[in-house]
Amino acid sequence: MGMLSRVAENLYWVARYLERAEDTARLVNVNTHLLLDFPQAANLGWATLIEITGSLDSFNERYDEFSERNVLAFLCTDRSYSSSLLSSLAAARENLRTTRDIVPREIWEQVNSLYMEAVAHASSSLALARREEFLKRIIRGCQTVTGLFEGTLSRTQAFTFVELGRQLERADMTTRIVDVRSGNLLPRNPEELTPFENLQWMSVLKSLTGYQMYRQQVRLRVRGPDVLEFLLKEPTFPRAVAYCLDSISDNLRTLPRYDRPLAASTLVRAEVAEADVRSLARSPDDLRLAIDKLQIGFNTLHDSIAATYFSRDLASAPPHQSQSQTQRDDMLDED
Amino acid sequence: MTRIDWNDYHCDAHYDELLARAGVPRNASKALCDYLASLDASELAERKTAAEAAIRTMGITFTVYSEGTMIDRAWPFDIVPRIIPAAEWRRTEAGLKQRVEALNLFIDDLYHDQRIIKDGVFPAEVLAQSVNFRPQCIGIDPPHRVWAHICGSDLVRDGDGTLYVLEDNLRVPSGVSYMLENRNVTKRVLPELFATGRILPVDDYAAQLYDMLASMSPRPQDEPQVVVLTPGIYNSAYYEHAYLAQQMGVELVQGDDLMVDDDDVVYMRTVSGPTRVDVIYRRIDDLFLDPEAFNPDSMLGVPGLMRAWRAGKVALANAPGAGVADDKVVYAFVPQIIDYYLDAEPILPNVPSYLCMFDDQRDYVLDHLDELVVKPANESGGYGMLIGPRSTAEERALFAERIKADPRNYIAQPTLNLSTTPTLCSDVEVKPRHVDLRPFILSGAEIHVTTGGLTRVALVEGSLVVNSSQGGGSKDTWIVETEEND
Repeated sequence: MGMLSRVAENLYWVARYLERAEDTARLVNVNTHLLLDFPQAANLGWATLIEITGSLDSFNERYDEFSERNVLAFLCTDRSYSSSLLSSLAAARENLRTTRDIVPREIWEQVNSLYMEAVAHASSSLALARREEFLKRIIRGCQTVTGLFEGTLSRTQAFTFVELGRQLERADMTTRIVDVRSGNLLPRNPEELTPFENLQWMSVLKSLTGYQMYRQQVRLRVRGPDVLEFLLKEPTFPRAVAYCLDSISDNLRTLPRYDRPLAASTLVRAEVAEADVRSLARSPDDLRLAIDKLQIGFNTLHDSIAATYFSRDLASAPPHQSQSQTQRDDMLDED
Repeated sequence: MTRIDWNDYHCDAHYDELLARAGVPRNASKALCDYLASLDASELAERKTAAEAAIRTMGITFTVYSEGTMIDRAWPFDIVPRIIPAAEWRRTEAGLKQRVEALNLFIDDLYHDQRIIKDGVFPAEVLAQSVNFRPQCIGIDPPHRVWAHICGSDLVRDGDGTLYVLEDNLRVPSGVSYMLENRNVTKRVLPELFATGRILPVDDYAAQLYDMLASMSPRPQDEPQVVVLTPGIYNSAYYEHAYLAQQMGVELVQGDDLMVDDDDVVYMRTVSGPTRVDVIYRRIDDLFLDPEAFNPDSMLGVPGLMRAWRAGKVALANAPGAGVADDKVVYAFVPQIIDYYLDAEPILPNVPSYLCMFDDQRDYVLDHLDELVVKPANESGGYGMLIGPRSTAEERALFAERIKADPRNYIAQPTLNLSTTPTLCSDVEVKPRHVDLRPFILSGAEIHVTTGGLTRVALVEGSLVVNSSQGGGSKDTWIVETEEND
């Protein structure tokens, strides 16, 4: 028998939200570094993050300018924005709460304390001097949870859905982090780009903890097309889009009724394989278009997983709202 | 205080479970009392701290839901066990089996021929006004003809040492997980005393529960799919729901995990697609069970569940409608019910009860409100009660009005002088505190009673309220073999 759809869905979202929190921290970190090398673009530079995260409307409802302060507040601490770092941790925690009988207790404890720590320190830790330290703590905290899943959860369907959620979110966020580089602030003229180019790509690599792996595997100086190739297509680097999609396909094959989601995964994997990194690296506009296409593919893949295994409607709204009805049951307050 | 001196334990105002009087432990408790007196204050405090740590580590919690927030609280536990001699327990066990057997026959009769009414033993008007009678259940034959598969009966001991049944919880009784966990914690903190071998082990309740549930499957030839149905994490007893599901190795489901198809079969939604469910141990009240049949606003239940149950495609424990016997007016009739169905004297006595529906008894109650405890027929958890000796004239006037307006809904009982048992209070001093006892009775093809039960204790001095949501705690309950009767 397969596991309960509700539990599968909850675990999938636990992993997605944790990965989202981690990668939001990475995203803010890479942008901070890019702008330190490119201070004259500072204000425009923060607007890019809003575009990249696909949250322009939500942002405009709440703030009137794309200042560093506003964007950081929105992406990190704003509880009314459902994908902010704090909201993501809160949602991971709530989803885990309803499934904590399924996973080892240590995982719940780690997520819980990570959330508490983030809430306690987020607002005071976004000033430039303390920002990196804070973001790294979040990243490390999320990776600790990933390690606990890896090291303590039996390889049953519960683990499979955790993997699916993590890998899909990671693929999506890796493309968004790559997209930071193609933001409108950067010069369009390739000649003008050159002095900064390597530095920028190096920042992207570092924000994905990919610099050393890149150097070991590519053995060339850091250049745009090679970095793009590495982050999109490298089948051995765990944050590369291709790696994530391969992992999704492998996991899907262990589940019943995988035809449709596997087809969706294969389609977007083919798009990655076919991407012409050389021309994309030269044209920020083309890169953005290509990344948009990949993200549509990720959404289709998610919808297909949800329709097949979670058997609810296709809306991607996660089930972390609280139950509105309570009842007086038994001795504790009834019998 | 350095060590416990039982001569300083002032328990003479009440019957004490462990001591016959100050300084004199009862036979069954002697080993425990001597052992506790051998520990100095710091050792005792250490054991108490160890118990608290064990409860935190084991994650034993209960949930309080107030003002929109959910709080998980550590289970309040006292390390000093409550002891019952085995001989007394065997008598109690027989009495509980007798009682639950009669109650199940009674419920089955009410949903079939109603012979007990036709024979003039049980008044038709009581049934007519029962809020827990479900016409949807008329004519149904649940497996083994049992309706209340899981029963939790509350026992209290009066000043003269008599154990009375205070009430029978036949709907969704809870607490059994805490009974089991209390034993686990006690084994960790007082291991020396178990070595004597005179403390009876608590039964393998989860295995018995599973066997009983499995025996109800409508598809006996196949391995039955059993599930526990919980209202969800915001329910006060969610810990127990999850615990029992885990211990039995079955799925813990919520209402929206289940669906009933046009074939009246219940399926659960899994990643492999719909999977048939045979037996549901439901921890949801009747009225929330099926929005098609009962409360249409219920988001906890499963639309069509009653249809599936009536068609015999799924078994429900407890059966819907079993609560008809979980009514304090029905309670007052239990001695007659035992006599009627089993032709026997009740082994366990009821607390004497006055039924306000009868004119002469109501007049007595109205004249003696200051001495009696008045209870509404269908409330539980101590809600809506009048405790006469502690009430104000205003409260009594209010209850007099309520009783006159709805006499069927009220019973009254003399105030019992509830027994006490030594309890380790905050200053590491042992003091008498009032207790009750909830054993659990499983009824399938045969009837099993837990060895002992859950002892609940009112931690506040003089208080009679043992509910954990209202400042109550709990203790391990030892059934101890003794050479002679105590």
